[in-house]
Amino acid sequence: MAPLLVLGLALCLSGTWAVDKGNFKTCEQSAFCKRQRALKPGESPYRALLETMELTNTRLTLQLINDNNKVRLLLELYRLQGNITRVKINELKPLKPRYEVPDVLIREPTTEPLSVLSQDENGVVLSLGVESQRVIISARPFRLDIMEGSDVLMSLNSRGLLAFEHLRMRKDTFSYKVTSTVASTTKEEEEKVEDGMWEETFKSHTDSKPNGPSAVSLDFSLPGVEHVYGIPEHADTLRLKTTDNGDPYRLYNLDVFQYELYNPMALYGSVPVMVAHSAQRTTGIFWLNAAETWVDISSNTAGKTVFGKMLDYVQGSSETPQTDVRWISESGIIDIFIMLGPTPKDVFSQYASLTGTQSFPPLASLGYHQCRWNYNDQEDVKSVDAGFDEHDIPYDFIWLDIEHTDGKRYFTWDPHKFATPKEMLQGLMDKKRKMVAIVDPHIKVDGNYKIHNEIRSRGFYVKNKDGGDYEGWCWPGSASYPDFTRADMRAWWASMFAYDQYEGTMENLYTWNDMNEPSVFNGPEVTMHKDATHGAWEHRDIHNLYGLYVQMATAEGLIQRSGGVERPFVLTRAFFAGSQRLGAVWTGDNAAEWGHLKISIPMCLSMGLVGISFCGADIGGFFKSPSTELLVRWYQAGAYQPFYRAHAHVDTPRREPWLFGPENTALIREAVRQRYTLLPYWYQLFYRAHVTGEPVMRPLWVEYPQDLATFALEDEYLIGKTNLLVHPVVEEGARGVTAYLPGKDEVWFDVHTFQKHNGAQNLYIPVTMSSIPVFQRGGSIIPRKLRVRRSSTCMEHDPYTLYVALNLQRTADGELYIDDGHTFNYEKKEFIYRKLTFANKVLSSVNLAPDAKFTTDSWIERIIVLGASKPSKVTLKTADGQEKQLEFDFDASMSVLTVRKPGMNAGADWTMTFQ
Amino acid sequence: LWLLVCLLLKLFSAVEVQRPRGVPLSKRQFYEEGKPFTCLDGSRTIPFDRVNDDYCDCQDGSDEPGTAACPNGSFHCTNAGFRPTFIPSSRINDGICDCCDTTDEYNSGATCQNTCRELGRKERESLQKMAEIAKEGFLLKQQLIHEANRGLEDKKAKLGDVQGSKKDLEAKVEALRTVKEAAEQPEREAKERHLKAWEDQKALIQKEKESARMAEVFLELDDDADGFVSVPELLSHSELDPDADGSFTEAEAQGLLGGVDKVDTAAFESIWSNVKEKYMSESNADTPAPEETSREEINEPDEDDDDEEDEDDDRDEHEYKVSSLNFPSNLSRTEEKKDDDEGAMPPYDQETQNLIDGKNAFKTELFNFGFGICFRNLEKEISFDFGPSSEFAYLYSQCYELTTSEYIYRLCPFNRVTQKPKFGGSETNLGSWGKWAGPEDSIYSVMKYEHGTGCWQGPSRSTTVKLTCGKETVVTSTSEPSRCEYLMEFTCPAICQEPPNLEISSHEHQEL
Repeated sequence: MAPLLVLGLALCLSGTWAVDKGNFKTCEQSAFCKRQRALKPGESPYRALLETMELTNTRLTLQLINDNNKVRLLLELYRLQGNITRVKINELKPLKPRYEVPDVLIREPTTEPLSVLSQDENGVVLSLGVESQRVIISARPFRLDIMEGSDVLMSLNSRGLLAFEHLRMRKDTFSYKVTSTVASTTKEEEEKVEDGMWEETFKSHTDSKPNGPSAVSLDFSLPGVEHVYGIPEHADTLRLKTTDNGDPYRLYNLDVFQYELYNPMALYGSVPVMVAHSAQRTTGIFWLNAAETWVDISSNTAGKTVFGKMLDYVQGSSETPQTDVRWISESGIIDIFIMLGPTPKDVFSQYASLTGTQSFPPLASLGYHQCRWNYNDQEDVKSVDAGFDEHDIPYDFIWLDIEHTDGKRYFTWDPHKFATPKEMLQGLMDKKRKMVAIVDPHIKVDGNYKIHNEIRSRGFYVKNKDGGDYEGWCWPGSASYPDFTRADMRAWWASMFAYDQYEGTMENLYTWNDMNEPSVFNGPEVTMHKDATHGAWEHRDIHNLYGLYVQMATAEGLIQRSGGVERPFVLTRAFFAGSQRLGAVWTGDNAAEWGHLKISIPMCLSMGLVGISFCGADIGGFFKSPSTELLVRWYQAGAYQPFYRAHAHVDTPRREPWLFGPENTALIREAVRQRYTLLPYWYQLFYRAHVTGEPVMRPLWVEYPQDLATFALEDEYLIGKTNLLVHPVVEEGARGVTAYLPGKDEVWFDVHTFQKHNGAQNLYIPVTMSSIPVFQRGGSIIPRKLRVRRSSTCMEHDPYTLYVALNLQRTADGELYIDDGHTFNYEKKEFIYRKLTFANKVLSSVNLAPDAKFTTDSWIERIIVLGASKPSKVTLKTADGQEKQLEFDFDASMSVLTVRKPGMNAGADWTMTFQ
Repeated sequence: LWLLVCLLLKLFSAVEVQRPRGVPLSKRQFYEEGKPFTCLDGSRTIPFDRVNDDYCDCQDGSDEPGTAACPNGSFHCTNAGFRPTFIPSSRINDGICDCCDTTDEYNSGATCQNTCRELGRKERESLQKMAEIAKEGFLLKQQLIHEANRGLEDKKAKLGDVQGSKKDLEAKVEALRTVKEAAEQPEREAKERHLKAWEDQKALIQKEKESARMAEVFLELDDDADGFVSVPELLSHSELDPDADGSFTEAEAQGLLGGVDKVDTAAFESIWSNVKEKYMSESNADTPAPEETSREEINEPDEDDDDEEDEDDDRDEHEYKVSSLNFPSNLSRTEEKKDDDEGAMPPYDQETQNLIDGKNAFKTELFNFGFGICFRNLEKEISFDFGPSSEFAYLYSQCYELTTSEYIYRLCPFNRVTQKPKFGGSETNLGSWGKWAGPEDSIYSVMKYEHGTGCWQGPSRSTTVKLTCGKETVVTSTSEPSRCEYLMEFTCPAICQEPPNLEISSHEHQEL
């Protein structure tokens, strides 16, 4: 949802369906960004004081001095387990403590010893322990280079853009200003007082800035790198653009009304992680800072044409391609984690070791979700639910937006429209379906509202600059905002989800946190005032973390209400580094336009690269009404994205899947059914993501890191390792798409026709309205459940069909993961995890987790071998030594072998021989 | 209600016959125990033990009628005591009870209760109840039709009176308006000339139309195309039964034909008035003819009324028209726009128009003389499509309210729908009368009210009113399925259809 009040205004001003950019700051309008960006590359004023260096087992410390103002900084350098280097820079003696982001790292990272290789008055060389990796600290000016062999992997402050605005006393009386200006030439520590250092006004909002300037900034050079990714959330290309000719990418969680595409403007969430990739190496930078942040990107090759590059090559005059990145944050400290790869998967696991992995969602949450602002009442819910059965379309969750509450008081139900919520929930439960109801973090200021009274009496609200409870406008009218940065507040909030507190709820009700940027309709940039306070800290310091905390407290509530047994499902709009641990994220209030369908791919790919796998966009588009073609295409594309939810604005006509004629109903049904047949695969990938941190939906370059043709691809992607390649149709009136099938020695099978295609080619695929181009890689085995039922839970005990796609070596492998689908018992090793291998004409299932225990009723009903040759017989040998001959069909024209009803239990050991 | 009869027949014939699980009786012969089974699409033949063996062998799913193995299969529940039904085979053993006889959950551990008898009883009760409602509703409807016709006649009569005393009235008005009299006189004459010309033309068209319809009906009735409409041919049109007692006898038919066995076209003309009122077109025996409905949609009902009820009464017809045309304040303009059948009356010339405008005073005078009718409204009323037999006429100028937790909804049929907050606040227009908007075969089942108060960023509000048969005329529910698109459920007797003879079916039931 978006803030209507503001929006009315926005519309009046812009008069079009587009973001009103005037509501949001440009770098120029953000005082610290303007100030910092005015610094140009050059000689850094910072010098490393090598004599202050201290090296212990776990860390190196060293002072830096700014020769202009003599302010000293303390640099800490850590070598972390898993090929990560951490660099922290803070003031040596700040006037008051500066904010360091808590609760994002899953634990204090494990350090590894550093050793000094050499040292002289110009610098120090440290060994990073692995291979020939070294850190070179240069003293004058201060600079830090990470080397491997003779290659520089990354340089810090190589362009001299390290800037650290030290905290200072305010000298703000007018008379003082005058005199100080006069005296300034003689006072070495005196710095120019610029506009916006102690107060800043944007539109009608004034930021009082009691702590004065506090920004930090640092530059990174990435030699050999031409492609950088990540730093979501932006409605932009997967490959980040250079920002020389415009604004930097902005990270500041904001409720942006009708956001614009291909734009570096901030959106609802922020993950300050950038991934740099070249054919040689993949690295990552994690800038752990929760304040407003801007990221500038420039490249020495960006402006060059292909011809220009070739000329350089011929003339041998080429400098190495290099990307330079600069991070600027408004407050806090510099705390960076340099993830040195070298492979994409290494970077994923390095980042996961710091901030954790994707939460393992309940299986049902990978099914289809039906949402609308709003399903009007219980009767409406019932009839939509019945509509799915009538039209034989599966779904797992129906959602209730803000109108279900009693006057936008979260944790309550509208007494007339939702008078008997348990009855409604029981009705859904009888069909093995579930519901999500919204709980936003703005609390109606109302003396008759229990939640408000409790929070106020406990002093849990965020405070305004004058110490009173912060109030702003949101859906309920005047609202206050709980201080989710407080652990005691979060514990209290979690307790509110108990069945006896949150009345009318049952175990099949889950939660959606919207508006948690936080959205404040009448606040600066539709969010909270930066000078609001969270205990000792300003909102300025913690802003991008607020949404994460809301989801954290909510997820904890759902876990607690079940006594720690059930996995939670919480959808959030705002997010930060670490949000992957807490649930799902969606791309916010998009629009029913082809461009928005198209951009959902790079937006979710970008999130996946920085750990957030459970991502999706509103199917159909939130604002405006989609054409039938767009809606169908979106259902088809969404079926192959991790979070699959249709949603619509309250002012749009109804768009349940059966409202567009039987033909389109059938197309949508087919798309949703394809999703459900693949649920075992999605679930297994989420298990993998939970264990390893690898993204579920991933760009091609992650699996083909040397294939330059894949580096900027964002109209197709892989689901899981390399097994499924999806190229959805996202163009109006499309007659065909051209998919790039990677891999010189690979073959790819069209999952619908089983037609085989060679890798390393651009394949033109003619499409009709029913086409969803998806390919299974030769060499992979994918489990499906073909008996699609009305919800995923209804399919729990159903048998599997294994799709074995052979590669040119006539081998394939895959996995099969099974557990109860909804509890934390998998942590107690209650699951089945098997490796499926086809080699030497033998297909086998081997236990990957012998110490795990789980039993399933599911069995293997069918095996389909793609790219097969005709066997004379197929023999199944089960664990008890029994052998039996199996019947099979062979389609010679497509080389597809179908083995009929082998019948073994999905959790058992077996081998199948094709003679 | 035929459903009920069929249902009852089915119900009592549903004796369990041995056949594979999930196979309906009608397909039993394809599943012969021990013999190879051929998929119903003929695609392949498999050993019988592969029927219902929980593996899908047939593309059409026909080998697994009793398991969930085929994605496109369907399962037949016998549901003894209720209605047999098919469910998608994906609902077999999914832990959810779908068939009331519990047969879909034979291996899922779900505990289902057999609810068929209960459901059957409830359905019979509700069908019975609905039939009763329909019956009573239909009786009420007949009354409504009668009243509507009488009301219309009254109104016409009143208009006729006005016409009759027109000169007196005019004299009085003119007496009050002596100053203007001299100027108005020639203008009125001009207008009358204008109207007369128009009226003559209209009558001509009307007459032509009537002949065309008669010819059409003759051709339709003349089944054997021998140029004569005979008694047997007439008998196939039970709706023509003069006493509507359910048995249309030869004698009655003969009576309609003026006492002879058959009539030719010329003779048919003379008996046309016996037939036309009740005659239903064969091409569309139980619904209004499509061309009629399309005309009704464009809101040109008075002509329909004329066709179907008033044509025989030439005097009345004539008087009504002349009278109404004396007060054409706004009707004339709507006619100009909407009458596509007979052509639009050309606009008055300016002088005539001036005269007409001046007639407001004349109307005031009429009220003063106690005629008690707002002619303007009367004209407007007569312009509405009140259904094939004016059965909806009684709704006109009535309003029906429904109070919900927040709002009071008010439906004023043929006028508008409004919503008013229960606890103060201004009224919102949810749409003004637009048109009948039901599906082609029951166009009078849905009313559409349009162009209500605009929504912020959205369309103007509109309301769909769904009519269902009921004894009472009452708004039963309202909702807003999409923002600013309202849905109202409305029961009234006028929509009730004549029920098939319930006594017979319940009698049958007793016997069975």
